[in-house]
Amino acid sequence: MEKFETFTGIVCPLDRSNVDTDAIIPKQFLKSIKRSGFGPNLFDEWRYLDHGEPGMDNRKRAVNPDFVLNDPRYQGAQILLARKNFGCGSSREHAPWALADYGFRVIVAPSFADIFFSNCFKNGLLPIVLEEEIIDRLFRLASEGRALEIGVDLQAQRLFPGDEEIPFEVDPFRKHCLLNGLDDIGLTLQQVDAIRAYEARRKSEAPWLFC
Amino acid sequence: MSAKTLYDKLWESHLVRSDEDGTALIYIDRHLLHEVTSPQAFEGLRLAGRKPWRAGANLATPDHNVPTTDRAGGVAAIADPISRTQVETLDVNCREFAIAEFEMLDHRQGIVHVVGPEQGATLPGMTVVCGDSHTSTHGAVGALAFGIGTSEVEHVLATQCLIQKKSKAMLIRVEGETGAGVTAKDIVLAVIGRIGTAGGTGYAIEFAGSAIEALSIEGRLTLCNMAIEAGARAGFVAVDDKTIDYVKGRPYAPAGENRERAVAYWRTLHTDEGAEFDTVVTLDAAAIKPQVTWGTSPEMVAGIDQPVPDPANESDSVKAEGMSRALDYMGLEAGTPISEIKLDKVFIGSCTNSRIEDLRAAARIAEGRRVAETVKLALVVPGSGLVKAQAEAEGLDRIFIDAGFEWREPGCSMCLAMNADRLEPGERCASTSNRNFEGRQGQGGRTHLVSPAMAAAAAVSGCFVDITALN
Repeated sequence: MEKFETFTGIVCPLDRSNVDTDAIIPKQFLKSIKRSGFGPNLFDEWRYLDHGEPGMDNRKRAVNPDFVLNDPRYQGAQILLARKNFGCGSSREHAPWALADYGFRVIVAPSFADIFFSNCFKNGLLPIVLEEEIIDRLFRLASEGRALEIGVDLQAQRLFPGDEEIPFEVDPFRKHCLLNGLDDIGLTLQQVDAIRAYEARRKSEAPWLFC
Repeated sequence: MSAKTLYDKLWESHLVRSDEDGTALIYIDRHLLHEVTSPQAFEGLRLAGRKPWRAGANLATPDHNVPTTDRAGGVAAIADPISRTQVETLDVNCREFAIAEFEMLDHRQGIVHVVGPEQGATLPGMTVVCGDSHTSTHGAVGALAFGIGTSEVEHVLATQCLIQKKSKAMLIRVEGETGAGVTAKDIVLAVIGRIGTAGGTGYAIEFAGSAIEALSIEGRLTLCNMAIEAGARAGFVAVDDKTIDYVKGRPYAPAGENRERAVAYWRTLHTDEGAEFDTVVTLDAAAIKPQVTWGTSPEMVAGIDQPVPDPANESDSVKAEGMSRALDYMGLEAGTPISEIKLDKVFIGSCTNSRIEDLRAAARIAEGRRVAETVKLALVVPGSGLVKAQAEAEGLDRIFIDAGFEWREPGCSMCLAMNADRLEPGERCASTSNRNFEGRQGQGGRTHLVSPAMAAAAAVSGCFVDITALN
């Protein structure tokens, strides 16, 4: 996984609550056996006017001009501003794959669904929880006039919209992994002795679990 | 020793190690796999030159993409080439990594969350994971079960562990007796209507109270299945005599001396007197009516005797906007009585409601009646090959077919429409599945979540009806 570096990016405001993973990446695109290439089908049903299927040339499809991702101001956006319970629904990691493949690196919302939240960190995406009031203000800033750009400093746990400074919380272990681009499996395999010791103990207590 | 919740007991017994900040490594007893969320995980193992840590802890079956129509041609005959590749890839990966799989033509194949408990592959006291959010289902037997993403699927394959933080504990008590026609599905929809789809976010939910104790294990599977629709990764019920009887004699369950030891341990799997929860919610079972969702989120739900709600009466503007958008998508007017909503299709199946008791409940309504002429398609999709065989032995297939339903092969089917079973734009469906999101059952499709009895009643009536009146 790539290291998460400090950057400044355009904010795309998606003003809907309970955006589910079926909306983020519809099921027909889940049939791929790869991790990449989901970006063009991110929010497919909202983004295009026709029905999308795998294998279509997405550049030739009619886009929905009313969908925020198609607004010329937000082209190249790297920060998605969202409403509560973002990412609810299925556990499909295709959702963060699609968001990351599109170019998003940060999602800011008042709350996230648990599985989606955890999946983001495995893919170099940083989900940031902020209070509803701050989110409301960011929506106003991002929707009025020119596009809003925000600086993101994970090390300092700060967002910088203009001259302002907004602190955010992040789990220290997940922060460490993102900043250093660490692979969870490699880290866990450093605990081989602890896993073996657990298995030996558990096997004597509950042998039926190892049949 | 201080009093512990069931969640404390399940968590602590699987702790391999934990750090000061609460980050923990927990051991996974059972890993279930299907074809959609596993290919990239196996590919990851291959690229890193890793092998499964304990191949025997895994059990796989294809379910999301399999056709529910004639399977005589085997996997090679799956019409959609991309679906076929995914099913073939699962077969290839399981053979290469020596993982047990019930392949598409195996009589034990089915929806992974039906197969696990049916085989005794999910047992009380286990940690159970699967790359599927409805893994919470398995909590019904007193297990800690939750859905994971594909990176975590690879992590479990490689290490038999997961890096997790403990959730907060929520107790949902449903007390009293449910009225006639009110099922586990209605209880859980009422719970979601009460706490909202994000109400359980960050929590593990224990369901308890006399109405929960009164449920069969199959009812509890339905209940825990939808914990995730309330935002909770895990939902579970304490072990009781029903759990212990249910597990007995299943292929993967312990027998003989091992069973005696296991039963003694399973009897400890309940919340101790005086143990504390972070949140407690109580519902009165008697007040729960048969439920029907009217919107595009499972929390948008009402009793059969209610009208479709009016966004104008909602004070929260973001919520009102969401309601308006949902009504627009669903093609419904505020104030319409739920019982006047007419259906185009009916789907009885999914990991929520495709077990034998669900099919019996639907068949009781269907028997001697006919699917309404206005209903274009009424599908019954059993949860597994074994459920299908059992239903056929009881003659349920004949009841459905005689009433005009289609009787299909097991799989996820129209719950998420990854195979050929789907809604066309604008079609309205009474569905026993778990999600009514936009496009879930097909682009532009309109889903109303209900119990199997209500779905069958809708099929024969053409609209939702108070099922107590049909009995």
